Amino acid sequence: MGLSLNQVTKTFSGTPAVQDLSLEIPEGEIFGLLGANGAGKTTTFRIIIGLLEASSGKVLWQGKKINYHENNIIGYLPEERGLYPKLKVNEQLTYLGRLRGMKKTDINHEITRWLERFNVPEYRNKRVEELSKGNQQKIQFISAVLHKPKLLILDEPFSGLDPVNVELLKQAVIELKENGTSIVFSSHRMEHVEELCEYLCILEKGKPIVQGKLAEIKRSFGKKNLRIHADFSLAYLEKMNGVLKYQPMTNGCSLQIIQEDVAKQVFDTLQYKGFVRKFELEEPSLNDIFIEKAGTSYE
Amino acid sequence: MNKFGIIVAHTYLSRLKTKSFLITTALTIALIFLAGNIQSIMNLFEGNDNEVVAVKDDSNEIFADLKQQIDTIEHPLELEKFSGSNESAMNKVHEGEYEGYLHVSITNGLPEGHYYSLQGNPSSITSTIQQGMQPIKLKMAADSAGVDPSTVESITSPVSFETTALEADTKSAAEMDSARGLVYVMLFLLYISVIMYGNMIALDVAIEKSSRVMEILVSSVPAITQMFAKIVGIALLGFTQFLTIILVAYFVIQSKQEELTGGVFEYFGLQGATASTFIYALIFFLLGYLLYATLSAMLGSLVSRTEDVNQLMAPVIYLIMIAFFVAIYGLSSPDSTIVTVTSFIPFFTPMIMFLRVTMLHVPIWEIALSFGLMIAVIVILAVIGGKVYKGGVLMYGKSNSLKDLTKALQLSKKE
Repeated sequence: MGLSLNQVTKTFSGTPAVQDLSLEIPEGEIFGLLGANGAGKTTTFRIIIGLLEASSGKVLWQGKKINYHENNIIGYLPEERGLYPKLKVNEQLTYLGRLRGMKKTDINHEITRWLERFNVPEYRNKRVEELSKGNQQKIQFISAVLHKPKLLILDEPFSGLDPVNVELLKQAVIELKENGTSIVFSSHRMEHVEELCEYLCILEKGKPIVQGKLAEIKRSFGKKNLRIHADFSLAYLEKMNGVLKYQPMTNGCSLQIIQEDVAKQVFDTLQYKGFVRKFELEEPSLNDIFIEKAGTSYE
Repeated sequence: MNKFGIIVAHTYLSRLKTKSFLITTALTIALIFLAGNIQSIMNLFEGNDNEVVAVKDDSNEIFADLKQQIDTIEHPLELEKFSGSNESAMNKVHEGEYEGYLHVSITNGLPEGHYYSLQGNPSSITSTIQQGMQPIKLKMAADSAGVDPSTVESITSPVSFETTALEADTKSAAEMDSARGLVYVMLFLLYISVIMYGNMIALDVAIEKSSRVMEILVSSVPAITQMFAKIVGIALLGFTQFLTIILVAYFVIQSKQEELTGGVFEYFGLQGATASTFIYALIFFLLGYLLYATLSAMLGSLVSRTEDVNQLMAPVIYLIMIAFFVAIYGLSSPDSTIVTVTSFIPFFTPMIMFLRVTMLHVPIWEIALSFGLMIAVIVILAVIGGKVYKGGVLMYGKSNSLKDLTKALQLSKKE
C-alpha cells in the first residue's frame, strides 16, 4: 500500500480545481499524472504535500494520514525553481537537508555523491543565480531527493532540460524507483510518461478520465495504429470498414483501426497493387488515448 | 537541533554575512568613533593655537579684569595687550597675526568696546568678549552709584522656587528627568528596531517567496514555526548589532572620559532609573518588537516581488511614527487624555504606556490590561499571519494591496 487519494476534491472559491479524484499509487512504482495546463496536476501535488488542504476527501500514505511536520518521507520538486538565488549550492542543500532531519555529515556525503552523479561537482561553491536554468534544475532535483524520501513528487521534472540532461535525470529517477522510492510525476510530454510509468492517470479539468496500468489501458483501448508506406495510392483505405481515421503522409498513410483483425484485411487488399515498403502495426500512443478520451487534442 | 532552531540559525547567519549588514554596522561604529573623537578632530583642523585678540585699553583699568573673566569662560580665547596705533593693529589683523582687534575705553564711567575683524560678523569671539565685559560694566555701574557688591549679587541671583506634590505617590523632578531620559532611549530604540528589522523580516519573507523556496519549506515545516523562527533570527541579529554598537560606544566613552564631561549616561539620567523601569522597558520592547515583527512577516508573505515590500510596509511605518510622535508630545504632558487613550492601543502601547509607567503612577490593572491587549493582538496576528503566510505562498503575480490579505486567507482555508 502506497499513497492513496480518496475522492479528493478541491475548490477555489466555488471553482473546482480537482474533482472527486481517487488514486492508488503503489509503493515502489512510478506513477504519471498527465494533463493539459490547468488540468489540476499541481493542485493535486500541493494537496499531497500538504500545502493546500483538500475541500473534501482524504490523502493517505500506507493507510495513515501524513504528518508533514515530523515526517521527512516526502521529497518535492516544484514546477518552478524554488532555491535561494544568493546562497551557494552547498549551503542551500545543507539547509534544506537539515530541515528534512538529516545530519550534517550525511548531507555532505550525499551532496558529493549527487553532484558527481550529475557531472557538476564544480558547482558546489557557486551561487544558484550563477547557474544556468538546466543546472539549477539539477540542484533542485538533488534538494528533493537528498534525504532519501519514500515518496517523491516531481512536478514537470524535465522541463527546460536538454536531451542529455533529461536522460541523466531519467536514469536517476529509475534508480530511485529500484531502491524502493514511490514516485509521482507530472509531465506534458507523453513520451516521458510512456517510457517511465507503469501506472498513470490523465486529468482533464480536474477530473480523472483515464487511469490504471499503462499496458492495461492500452490493451483495453483496443484501437491500434497502422502505418503503411507504398508506391501506389492508398486513398481507398479511408472508406474501408474498421478504419477509423485515415491520415495521408508523404510516402504512404497512417491509419487508426478498430481492432487488430482489420490489419489483416488491409494487408490482403494491398497484394499485387505494387511495392509495399513498410507495413507496421503499432500500439496506440498515449496521445491517441488522450485525444479519444478527452475529445480534444492534447497539445 | 530542531527545525525551529535550524531556521533561526540559518536566518541569523545568512543575514549576518550579508554585505549590507556588515556595512551598516561598520558605518555606525565609524560614526561613534567620529563622535567620540570630535574634539580632537576639530583641534586638528584649527591647530593647537588659541585665537589671539589684540586689546588696546585706553583706560588701563579694564584689560586685567577682562582677561580674568574670559579665562573663566570655556572658549579658548587669548587676549594680548596692544599699545600701538589703531592702524598698525588693523594691519596685523590683515596679516593674520591677530584674529581681531578690540579697542576698549571708559566713557561716562562705563566700559565700551569696539571690535575689528576681517569679516566683522558676530561670532563666538564677539559673544565671548561681550560676555566677559558684562560683569565689568555691572561692577563699574554699581560702584559709581555707590551700591554695595553684595546688594548687586542679591539682585541678580535667580529667584528661589520649589514645588511640592500633594499626592503621596508622585515622582520627584529628579525622577521625572531620569524617566524622560529612559523614555527617549526606548522611543528611539523601538523606532529604529521596528523600521530596520521589521523591514528586514518582510524582505526576508518576500525573498523566500519570490524564489519559491517557501513552497518547499512549507511542506517540511509548519508556516507558523517558519514565521516565528524568522522573527527570532532577526531579533538575534538586531541584538548582535545593538550589542556591538553599545560595546564600542562604551569603550569610546571610557577612553575619552576626561574629554566628555558628564557622559551620555548622565545626560539621559539613566543612573537614576530603578530596576522596575528597566524591567518594564525590556517587556515593552520585546512585546513591541514581536507585535511589529509579526505584522511585518505577515505583510511580507503577501508580496511576490521584493520591490513591492516597501509599499506594503508603509502602514507599519505610519503606525510606529504615530506612536513616536504621540510619545514625544506625551513627554511634556504625560497625563493628557490622548496619551492615556493611545496607551491602550496595542500598536502604540510599547511606547506610550511605557512613557506613562515611567513618568506617572499608573494603576497596576491598567498596565496589566495593556499587556493583555498586546498579547491578544500578537496571538491574533500570529494565527492570521500563519494562515496568510501559508496561503500567500501560493499567490503570485502583482500583489501589493491589503485586498490580497483576504485572498491569501481564502487560499489557506479548505474551500
